[in-house]
Amino acid sequence: MVVHGVCLAVCVLVAVLAVAALGFGLPAAPQALPLGPPWGRAVLALDGLSAWFLLLLGLSGAAASLFALGHAPAPARTLPPFPLFLAGMMLTLLAADAFTLLFGFELMSLASWALVAADHSRAENRRAARLYLTFAAFSAACLIPAFGLLAGPSGALDFASLRTTPPDGWRAAAVLLLGLLGAGAKAGLVPLHVWLPLAHPAAPSHVSALMSGAMTKVALYVLARLLLDLCGPVQPSWWGLPLLAVGAASALFGALRANLEEDAKTLLACSTIENVGFVTIGLGLALAFRGADLGTLAALAAGAALLHALNHGVFKTLLFLAAGAVAHAAGSRALDRLGGLIHAMPVTTACALAGALAAASLPPLSGFASEWLLLQALLAGWRVSDIAFQVAAAAAAAVAAMAAALAAAAMVRLFGLVFLGRPRTPRGAGAQEVSALERWALILPVGLTLLLGLFPAAMLRLAEPALEALLGAAALPPVRGVALTGGEGVSAYLPLVAAALLALAAGALVLLVRRRSPLATTRGPVWNCGFIDPPAHLPFGDPLTQPGGGGIAQPLRRMLGESLLRAREQVDMPEPGETRPGRHASGFEDPSGLLLLAPVARLRDRLAERADRLRDLTIHRCLSLSFGALIALLVLLAWLEAR
Amino acid sequence: MQTLGAILAQLLHLVLMLAAAPLVVGVTRWLKARLMGRRGASPLQPFRDLDKLLRKRPVLAENASWISEIAPYAGMAATFAAIALVPSFARGMLLAPAADLVLLAGLLALARVALALAGMDVGTAFGGLGAAREMSFSAFAEPAMILCALNFAILAGTTNLDAISATVQDGQLGLRVSLGLALLALAAVALAENARIPVDNPATHLELTMVHEAMLLESSGRHLALWDYQAALRLTLWLALLAAVFLPFGTAPAGTGPHFWVLGLLAWVAKMGMLCVALAVFESAIAKMRVFRVPEFLGAALLLALLAAALLFVSTGLA
Repeated sequence: MVVHGVCLAVCVLVAVLAVAALGFGLPAAPQALPLGPPWGRAVLALDGLSAWFLLLLGLSGAAASLFALGHAPAPARTLPPFPLFLAGMMLTLLAADAFTLLFGFELMSLASWALVAADHSRAENRRAARLYLTFAAFSAACLIPAFGLLAGPSGALDFASLRTTPPDGWRAAAVLLLGLLGAGAKAGLVPLHVWLPLAHPAAPSHVSALMSGAMTKVALYVLARLLLDLCGPVQPSWWGLPLLAVGAASALFGALRANLEEDAKTLLACSTIENVGFVTIGLGLALAFRGADLGTLAALAAGAALLHALNHGVFKTLLFLAAGAVAHAAGSRALDRLGGLIHAMPVTTACALAGALAAASLPPLSGFASEWLLLQALLAGWRVSDIAFQVAAAAAAAVAAMAAALAAAAMVRLFGLVFLGRPRTPRGAGAQEVSALERWALILPVGLTLLLGLFPAAMLRLAEPALEALLGAAALPPVRGVALTGGEGVSAYLPLVAAALLALAAGALVLLVRRRSPLATTRGPVWNCGFIDPPAHLPFGDPLTQPGGGGIAQPLRRMLGESLLRAREQVDMPEPGETRPGRHASGFEDPSGLLLLAPVARLRDRLAERADRLRDLTIHRCLSLSFGALIALLVLLAWLEAR
Repeated sequence: MQTLGAILAQLLHLVLMLAAAPLVVGVTRWLKARLMGRRGASPLQPFRDLDKLLRKRPVLAENASWISEIAPYAGMAATFAAIALVPSFARGMLLAPAADLVLLAGLLALARVALALAGMDVGTAFGGLGAAREMSFSAFAEPAMILCALNFAILAGTTNLDAISATVQDGQLGLRVSLGLALLALAAVALAENARIPVDNPATHLELTMVHEAMLLESSGRHLALWDYQAALRLTLWLALLAAVFLPFGTAPAGTGPHFWVLGLLAWVAKMGMLCVALAVFESAIAKMRVFRVPEFLGAALLLALLAAALLFVSTGLA
C-alpha cells in the first residue's frame, strides 16, 4: 500500500517535472553525482529526449501504481522490486554517461526479472523468467561493447566526450550492429522477440503494463540515444535501412501473432512487438533522411517515432490494466473462457474499447495521429535519391499498412471475444466490476488517449527539445497550427476537424433518424438464422455455438499464418460408425524460435557435454590444465604490458 | 466570398451524395438485372426499402449490449465524414484541406470496426465469422490502398485528394502507365471494400459465401436501415473516389462559381453512370471466388501498385 502510494506520487511528480522541463526550458548543465565507478563519477542530465521519455514513464507508472493500489494486496515478494524497477528506468533515462546508463538498464532488467518470476510456482512462469534473464544478459553483452567501441581508446564515458568522437569505418558498423542487437533484444524487435510474449504476461498485470508501456520504450530510448545522438550527425543514409527492415518485420510478425494468440495478455504483448516495430521504423527513417540531408522529413519521421512511443505507452498501459481487471474479475485470461463482460463490467468495457480503438489506429484517437505521421514519413521515402531505399520504403509502407490493419483485426478479436457475446464459463458469468481505484486507473489513461488524439500538434511542439536532441537544433516539429503536416508540409491531418465532423455527423444522424423512426426498440430472442434456443441446463447457450479464439483467427491463420508462422490445422475425423468425437486442433510456431533458439540450445547441450568430460580427468591432467591456464594468462598480460 | 462558395459547395456536395447513394445501388441492381435478362426492380427501390425499414420497430437480441445500438450510428457517421472529403462536382470545398487519403482510409476502417463489433455483439456464429473475414480482407486491401496513395504522393507531391485531383486534371502528368496500374489496384480494393463480386456477393444470404451480410443478421428496423444506407454511401464514395482521381474531367476548379458547378454536376453524373455500368457488367461477367482466394486477388492489386511505384522510381531517377 505504502510502496505503491509512494510510487504513484513519484511518477506523477516525474511526469509533471518532465512536462515543465519540456515546456519551460531545461536545466542546462549535467550534474555529476558524488558517487560512481572508481574511475569517474556518475553524471546525470535532463535533456529533451530524456524528458520526453520520462513523461511517458511517469504517465505509465502513475496509472500502474494507481491500479496496484486498488488491487488486492500483492504478495510481499513483489513489493521491493517494483520501486527498483521504476528507479532503474528513471536512472537509465537520466544518465549522461555510459556507465550509469548501463547500470540503470541492468537494474531495470533484474528488478523486472524478479517481478516476472513473482508467481514462480507455475512452470511456464519459471521458463519465461529464465528466458527473460537470458535475453537481458544478451542485451547487456551487446550494449557494453557498443559503448566501449564508442568510447574508443580514451575511455571517457560521459556523453559529452562520446559525442566529440563519432565512430567511423568498421567501428561505426559494429556500434550499429551491437546497439541494434542489444537494445532490440530488450525492446522485443524481431527476431529477438521470443521472450516478450512469454515474459510480459507472466508478471502481475500492473507490472506487465509497465513492461509493455514503458520498459520497451526505455530500450528504444537507448537505441535512439546511441544511434541518433551519440554517433553524431555524420552517419551515412544507409544506417536507416537495418532499422527499417527490423521495424517492418516486427510490426508484421507482432500484429499477425496478436491475431493468433489465445491469451488476452499474450495478445497484448504481441501487439507491443508491433508498435515497437513502428517506432523503430520511424527512427530508421529519421536516420536515413538525416543522412540524405532532408531535415524536414527527418523531423517528420522522428516526430512520428516519439509521438507513437508516447501514445503506445499510454494506450498499452490502459489495455494491460483492463486485461488485469478482467483476469481478476472473471478468473481467466484465456479468450475462450471469457465473454459477455460488457454487461457485468460496463466501465472497464468502455475504457478497454477506447484503448482498443486507439491500438487499432482509428481516427480521431491517439494511435491514428502517430500512425498518420509514420505513413506520411514512409510515403516520403522516395525523396531519398537511392532506388534501393525507395523500394525498401515503399515495401515498408505496405507492410506498415498491413500491420495497422492486422492490429485492427486483433483488437476487434480481443474486444469481441472478451467483452461481447455470451459468457463462456460460469466463472466468467459471475464477474463483477472492479474497485473504484482500479476504475480510475483505467479512466485516466482513456482521458489521456483522447487528449493525445485530439491535440497531437501541441504534444509535438512539446517534443521540440527531444527532436533537437535527436536531429540537431534546426529540427522543427511537423506541425502547422493544430494540424499535423507531412510530405514537405503539403499533406495535413486536422484531428479536431475530423473529430468535430464525426461528432456533428453522429449528432445530426441521431436527430434525423429518431424523427423519422420514433419507435422504441424491443427485445427478442436471438435470430441467428433460426438456430434454436439453448436448452434450460445451458443458460448462456452452448459455448461451442459461439465463435472462439481459434475460429476468429482462422481466416488470417490460413491466409498469412501458414506461410509466415508455420501455422497448421489438424482435423481428426472419426470413421463412420465410430463413437469418439471429431477433433480439430490448430497451432503455430514462431520461426524465430525455431531458427534461433533451437540451434543455440543444441550448441549449449554440445558444449555442456564437452565440459562434462573435464570432470573425469586424472589429477595430473587437472593440475597441468590449471598450470597451462596460468601460464597463458601471464603471457597475455606480458603481451598487453609490452604494447 | 471564396469561403462562402466553399461552404455552399460543401453543403451541396453532402446533399448530393446522400441523395445519390441509394440511387447508385438501385441503378447498379437494375443494370445487373437487365444484363441478366430480368426486368429488375425500379432504381428507386432502395429509397422505398430504407423508408420501410425506418418505420419498423427495431428488435434487439436479448443479450445485445449498447454496442448494437451505437455501432450503426458510429459506422454511418464515419462513412459520412469520409464522403464529405471526396470531391464530386467541385473542388475547393470547405473540407478540402482535410481531405487526406490516409485519413479517408482511417475513417473507412472506423466504420468497418463498428460493423465488425456489431456483428460480434450477440455472440452468434455467423456474426463472428463475418467479422473475422471482413477484418482479414482489410489486411490485404489497406496496403494496396496505401501504395496507391504512394503513387499519387510521388506524382502530385501530396496525399491530399483535392490536390491530386487537380494535378491529374491539369494534364501535366499526361498518360502514365503508373496511373493505369494504380487504377486497376484501386478498383480491386474498391470491390473488396464494398463486398462486391468477386469478393463477396451483395445479393445473397447464403451462409457459406457471405461476409458483409453475416454481420447484419441481428439488425432490424432503423439499425438495418442505417447499415444499408452506410453500405450504399460507401459504394458511392468509392466510385466518386475513382472518378475524382482518374476521371477528374469537367470538375469545377476551386474558387469557381455556380455555372461551373452545373457543368461539373453533369460531368459527375455521367462519370458515375459510366462507373455503375462498368460495375454491373463486371459483376455479371465474373463469378464469386472462394474466400481463401481473396488474398490472391488483393495481393495482385498490391503488386500492381508496387509495380506502379517502382516504375515511377525508375522514371524519376532517369529524369
